[in-house]
Amino acid sequence: MTAYIIRRLFMAVVIIILVTVIVFLSIRLLPGDPLIIFLGNQATSGTITEEELDRLRIEYRLDKSLPEQYALWMWDLLHGNLGTSIYYHENVGTLMAERFPITLHLGVLALILNIVVGTLMGLAAAVRRGTWIDTVSTFLANIGVCIPVFWLAAILVYIFSLRLGWLEIAGYISPFEDFWLNTRQIILPVFCMAIGGLSTTARLTRSSMLEVTRQDYIRTAWSKGLRERTVIMKHALKNGLIPIVTVLGMGIGMVFAGSVIIETMFAIPGVGRLLVTSIFAQDYVVIQSGTLVIAAIIVITNLFVEISYVWLDPRIRYN
Amino acid sequence: MAEVNTAIQEFSEAPPRVSEWKRFWRVFLQRKIVIFGLVVLGLLVFTAAFADLIAPYDPYLNKLEDSLQGPSSSHWLGTDIQGRDTLSRLIYGSRTVLQVGFITVSVAAIIGFALGLIAGFVGGITAAVIMRIMDALMGFPMLILAMMLAAILGGGIQNVIIALTVATIPGYARVMNGLALTIKQNDYVLAERSMGAGNWRIMLNHILPNALPPMIVLVTLQLGGLVMAEAALSFIGIGIEPPGAAWGAMVNDGYRYLRSFPILSIAPGVAIMLVVFAFNMVGDGLRDALDPRLRGIL
Amino acid sequence: MTELLRVNNLVTQFKTESGLVKAVNDVSYYIDEQEIIGLVGESGCGKSVSQLSIMQLINAPGEIAGGEVIFEGQNLLKYQQHGAEMRSIRGARIAMIFQEPMTSLNPVLTIGQQLTEMLVLHLKMSSDAAHKKAIELMGMVGIPAAEKRIDDYPHNFSGGMRQRVMIAMGLSCNPRILIADEPTTALDVTTQAQLLEMMKDIVQRFRASLVIVTHNLGVVARYAKRIYIMYAGRIVESGTTKDIFGTPRHPYTMGLLKCIPRLDEEEGRKLVPIEGLPPNLINMPPTCAFLPRCSWKIEKCYKEPWPELTPVNGNHFIRCYADTKEAKR
Repeated sequence: MTAYIIRRLFMAVVIIILVTVIVFLSIRLLPGDPLIIFLGNQATSGTITEEELDRLRIEYRLDKSLPEQYALWMWDLLHGNLGTSIYYHENVGTLMAERFPITLHLGVLALILNIVVGTLMGLAAAVRRGTWIDTVSTFLANIGVCIPVFWLAAILVYIFSLRLGWLEIAGYISPFEDFWLNTRQIILPVFCMAIGGLSTTARLTRSSMLEVTRQDYIRTAWSKGLRERTVIMKHALKNGLIPIVTVLGMGIGMVFAGSVIIETMFAIPGVGRLLVTSIFAQDYVVIQSGTLVIAAIIVITNLFVEISYVWLDPRIRYN
Repeated sequence: MAEVNTAIQEFSEAPPRVSEWKRFWRVFLQRKIVIFGLVVLGLLVFTAAFADLIAPYDPYLNKLEDSLQGPSSSHWLGTDIQGRDTLSRLIYGSRTVLQVGFITVSVAAIIGFALGLIAGFVGGITAAVIMRIMDALMGFPMLILAMMLAAILGGGIQNVIIALTVATIPGYARVMNGLALTIKQNDYVLAERSMGAGNWRIMLNHILPNALPPMIVLVTLQLGGLVMAEAALSFIGIGIEPPGAAWGAMVNDGYRYLRSFPILSIAPGVAIMLVVFAFNMVGDGLRDALDPRLRGIL
Repeated sequence: MTELLRVNNLVTQFKTESGLVKAVNDVSYYIDEQEIIGLVGESGCGKSVSQLSIMQLINAPGEIAGGEVIFEGQNLLKYQQHGAEMRSIRGARIAMIFQEPMTSLNPVLTIGQQLTEMLVLHLKMSSDAAHKKAIELMGMVGIPAAEKRIDDYPHNFSGGMRQRVMIAMGLSCNPRILIADEPTTALDVTTQAQLLEMMKDIVQRFRASLVIVTHNLGVVARYAKRIYIMYAGRIVESGTTKDIFGTPRHPYTMGLLKCIPRLDEEEGRKLVPIEGLPPNLINMPPTCAFLPRCSWKIEKCYKEPWPELTPVNGNHFIRCYADTKEAKR
């Protein structure tokens, strides 16, 4: 079992390194002079002199060979230096540190909503297959995966904010400063972020549980005279969770993806919004480091997911 | 006694074999919701193909004096800030959806399946390298990867397609890899080898045909996700540049006028939902008809 | 010996797209205390379904359409499928073990967990007491190093060992009846023999009754006192083992016995298989289901519906119109 974990850990590191390579190369190898790309508007509008350009070239290390640039960049990264934002003129690390807790606040809440409601919905639909519970639950889940997040946000904003005035549509204040205002601010964003993942989880839980309940060992469990609750919760669920946990690994990815749109729409100063602003400002330092951090987090989360398999399915331990 | 003999013969025969095709169609068309999905997709294709004939107005036509009208008899879904007819833009938007969806899926499928097939079948270092790269690409949420690429490459429909394709390939590669690994273990592959069949032959004749049903299901289910991703990208502003008609961008444009003219945002959103829903339902139907065992996985 | 379980006119059917399948079509039998009986028939004859019906473990699209199952004075079929009464019988008064030890045990729970849960539920034991009893049971069925292995998972055991675990589970709460559905079919021959001997011993020790459901006549010959032969959802012959093997009277039984090689006969006798295929159970006609394959058929068989079980002597019944006392054809 430890061998399994170590192997997975090693893989994760390899993947993260590959991610850095991909991020690095995509910016350096794409058509055009990287310096122009880096400077974006400023370079083409002629506000920078030739000497400035040369100086910047050296500063951005574009005079060195690719492998050298990569090595230097990695060196910086490992020392926690994520570079300086072109647009914000601040250390990227600081920028991200400010915004991460906010994105995480929303993301974790969305994930919890996703897991709890999604699993329950799917479980109810599977266990009460064919009844109205199943029909309603499945229908809602099927709709839920189709709703474009930004559209849902727009509709909900329209109803709850513009028409009813119950909830806030923009901004984020720390829950430590004003808890209730914060709550009113985050209800819509969290809900919007959760709905897609929740529906997928519900669908997956349902089909997974339906498969599991057809198995022989469930028939054995019934023949032992166990109650339905025991059969489902103790015997079936643990088997059915395995594919679901996989999806949850993807869930963290969806959190970040969702954060991009939601934070932009609700003017929440999180990581997603930072990324979008940087893309439009062509701030490649932020884009580079930002995507890297996000990808790294996802890889690490997936690593934990894979390790959790060991607990869920004892057959893996001995492989 | 003759009729008795016939009776016995009929009685003792095994039940009739329904042809595979018939069985497929029967199961596939069993659920009404799948038929609904097919109808919607049919409408989509029809609309895209005959947009010129159906759309009441030119979608790019600015008539500022008509701007921001609510739904009326001349403009069924109203007009936007530049006086463009919403319905027409919606109709032409279907073209974008199909273009982006199908080109992305086709290219990603060819590349992704090939990579996965080779990796799964050949194994060894090649496989390890390919799959690690795929894992690394999958470490990015699709949207963010697409955004990053689209931002670097610039906007416009071509680059959106490229970005989405790159984001989709790893998923296909991974599924195909898994399938190839499983199928490879089957006894009939072993039997083929013992008869002297080479790698290519096995890959093409055995692994590919068996992997096809799940891949078809995967592709159909993913099309829905792609439509959403494209909509999200054009909503953010990366993607189809104005005055191109893309549903996501339309939602964005209408967002400002939510209070007074909600139809501008609602209509394209409903369209997106319907199409994604249709793809999902058809994908589910295909999966149930082709191989219900996939239900726990895909 | 007093009667323990009596099944009267059990009917279990499945609604399929192509029609109604009466998997169990008017089956009646009984079992006494401390008796071992055999239920024999080929795949699809309804023997497993009949036993699942007794335990009310039939789910949609199947349903129990008629009959009664009298156990300890009560008709089990009157109880709600998963109600408290039925649950208190399952595992505790009537237990069942299944054919595939690979898939019949939950892969993510330890053997100990799967053994003790019954003890805690039905015998209200504390978890410590249950743990001890589970180890004891494992020892009884012949699993070595039980204290260590109790925390192992099913995949750590071989097929034969897994089946022993299932037997231990089955008998853990001292049921009156143990139903063994093809208990040894998935195992190799040597293990089969060991397992069956062990089952017989342990069932006798627990003073329980045993129903062996199988397609293997050899298995029941040695252990069962009475045998029921099933075909296409009906019992076609019933009697003591001696009757069935010594003087089989139903054409099907006779056909079955002719297929089995015997050590005590002259060399060179050909094994005679039964011609034809098992019947399609969908929308079956009322005439005898064995008719197409029968070599004793007479006019009456084509015209009349399948006869009732009629005695040929004493406790030996067959369901046949033909007079099969004549010399074998």
